[in-house]
Amino acid sequence: MIQASPTILHWTFLTTIIFSIGIYGMLTRKSAVGILMSVELALNSAALNFVVFGKFVAPQLLEGEIFTLFIIAVAAAEVVVFMSILVALYRNLNKIDVTIASELKG
Amino acid sequence: MNYGFAISNAWLIPILPFLSFLITGLILRRISETLAATFATLSVICSMVLAYMVAYEYFTLYPIGTNHPMIIPIRFEWLNFQENLSMYAGVLLDPISVMLMTVVTTVSSLVHLYSNGYLHGEKGFARYFTFLNLFTFSMLGLVIAPNILQTFIFWELVGVSSFLLIGHYFEKPSAVSASKKAFIVTRFADLGFLLGIILLGYYGYQTFTEFGPGIAAASSQYFTGNLQALDYYYLTNVAVAQKLHTIDSGVFNLSILSLSMLLIFIGAAGKSAMFPLHIWLPDAMEGPTPVSALIHAATMVVAGVYLVARLFTAFATASDILIFIAYIGAFTSIFAAIIGCTQNDIKRVLAFSTLSQLGYMMFALGVATLSSPLGFTASMFHLYTHAFFKALLFLGAGSLIHAVHSNSIWDMGGLAKKMPITHITFLIACLAIAGVYPFAGFFSKDEILLAAHESGLPGIYPLGLIVAGLTAFYMFRIYFVSFWGKKTQHSDHAHESPFIMTLPLMILAVLSCVAGFVPMNDVLGLHMDPHAHHGINFAIAIPASIMGVFGILLAAFFYAGGSDRAEKIKNSLGLIHKTIQNKFYIDEIYLFITHKIIFKFIAAPIAWFDRTIVDGAVNVSGNATRRLGGTFSKFQNGQVQTYGIWLFSGAIILFFVLWAFTI
Repeated sequence: MIQASPTILHWTFLTTIIFSIGIYGMLTRKSAVGILMSVELALNSAALNFVVFGKFVAPQLLEGEIFTLFIIAVAAAEVVVFMSILVALYRNLNKIDVTIASELKG
Repeated sequence: MNYGFAISNAWLIPILPFLSFLITGLILRRISETLAATFATLSVICSMVLAYMVAYEYFTLYPIGTNHPMIIPIRFEWLNFQENLSMYAGVLLDPISVMLMTVVTTVSSLVHLYSNGYLHGEKGFARYFTFLNLFTFSMLGLVIAPNILQTFIFWELVGVSSFLLIGHYFEKPSAVSASKKAFIVTRFADLGFLLGIILLGYYGYQTFTEFGPGIAAASSQYFTGNLQALDYYYLTNVAVAQKLHTIDSGVFNLSILSLSMLLIFIGAAGKSAMFPLHIWLPDAMEGPTPVSALIHAATMVVAGVYLVARLFTAFATASDILIFIAYIGAFTSIFAAIIGCTQNDIKRVLAFSTLSQLGYMMFALGVATLSSPLGFTASMFHLYTHAFFKALLFLGAGSLIHAVHSNSIWDMGGLAKKMPITHITFLIACLAIAGVYPFAGFFSKDEILLAAHESGLPGIYPLGLIVAGLTAFYMFRIYFVSFWGKKTQHSDHAHESPFIMTLPLMILAVLSCVAGFVPMNDVLGLHMDPHAHHGINFAIAIPASIMGVFGILLAAFFYAGGSDRAEKIKNSLGLIHKTIQNKFYIDEIYLFITHKIIFKFIAAPIAWFDRTIVDGAVNVSGNATRRLGGTFSKFQNGQVQTYGIWLFSGAIILFFVLWAFTI
């Protein structure tokens, strides 16, 4: 018999996969936009984790969902900062390849 | 106890020159050199007036003929280590400190005045006055010190001021090396002084609970604040000294008291240039002549004598050390007098004469005992009179040097007519130092010889007599040569010095005439002396005067009227004369010991150890750190993604490690 709804195990597998894809993207993408997308993936996997654990571990409380709202807000702010850095990078180098921007190593 | 205005404000005496030192050095020096010199001079004159007021009040409070206690009217805590162990600064007044205070301020004022003329228009005029003020401050702080630590601090300060003033002409290599020599030799001796203070302080503190409260109660009316173990009040107490004399130190069978007194005497010998630490004083004549008059004749060099006198009770209890001091003093006295007869530089002759007279004061202290302290009185008396006539001799010599621009007595000659004031005052000083009645030196020398005679220490009295003759000889040697000798091209166009220089000469000449009539025996108030004598003791005065006159006649025979008899004697003595003229090669011996032995066998290995082992260890650790840093810096390549890989692989490894530990 097929279970009607996925268990916590399925959900955590899903979030782990999304997170790993995000990490892989962060470490391998050369384009800054690609890295931004990967970062979003990792963040969202964490947000999803909150919702999942909120539902399965403490269904009577709302902490998990509220935390997710916070993460979304933080992610939005982070995108703004990231985009401004990206614009500055583009203005200086005419590229958005992060491997070129290594002058701050000292 | 309520004291008068001057005694309550006696702390101003050293502070006035100190403030003037700051103001002159920091502000006035940049505005106007003349203004700076005037200001410095005025401050010392104010301080002199105050010192005389203090002397007047002190001797009104305790009139001459009564007992003169040590009083400490002003004292404040400076450092507090623990109970009964504080460092105080303050003012101590007793007859010798009052006496030396007036001497220092008087001579210092006159030297300040004189320097206005002597160094006029020279480079570093204001700098010179700044340091002269610093010296006056330090010397006065030393004189009034109520405890041995304050003495030590000001002791070092006078050393520094002496160093600065000897090196006044710092462009001259000889002045630089002379100032270094003076500083190093006295500093070396001060090591002994410091060790002595530590030893005395340690055992004094140990016995403090036994004697301290009793002494404090007995002296409370003279005292401000709590009695401390390092106070002279405590250290010069006979009971304390005797107690310390019973403790064995384990070094050369000396008691703790004897050992600490010996160490303190090493410091005193360095400052007062006793043999074999005398080598710095003749070289110190590289400084300007007024400096030699003030520091290296009248005041700083007597600090050693003053220190021994200050701790006289303790020294007298350690009688073995006192006898040692007597012989060191007597030896220095004759040794320097012999060298003095052969020198050609007028200031060097005076320097050796100072050495010889300091030896006189030292051996006078050495022959004194607690029951018969005539030598103590005599020594202080000689210190008092010597300060005036020796300062006069130096200032007179300065006047001569100023006129002929040479230090050699053979370049002067025939100056008696050209410089009448200098001539007369110099003659008075020569008569005073030669001990001719009624000049100052006669009285003090008479007392010293009497003390030496009555002490019964073998050899001291005859040595004293011979030195008296030699002193008269070498002083009149320079007198005859420089004032009555053949005219030279240097002395041909000489003329009398300006009034600002001759005024101090005249004042000092008057003082040299009258200082001998001060009834020092009553002033010092040591009435336990059964031999206290008033007036002249003919059994001593006649042989001493005969020696003096004989010395003068001998000098006249050899040197008056440009005679060549001296040259013949000199040639017939040959090698002996050469040895004496080269100061018995003591400097060469020092050079040999320091360069050939100490530098080569001690300093060089230590330097090698420092450079290779100590510096090597430092270099190795430095290089290792740098190389490690170089290796690690390769990880920082600016690639954020590489950092990310490190971060995540680190996190994963950490995860497995933690997992392994939790299972």
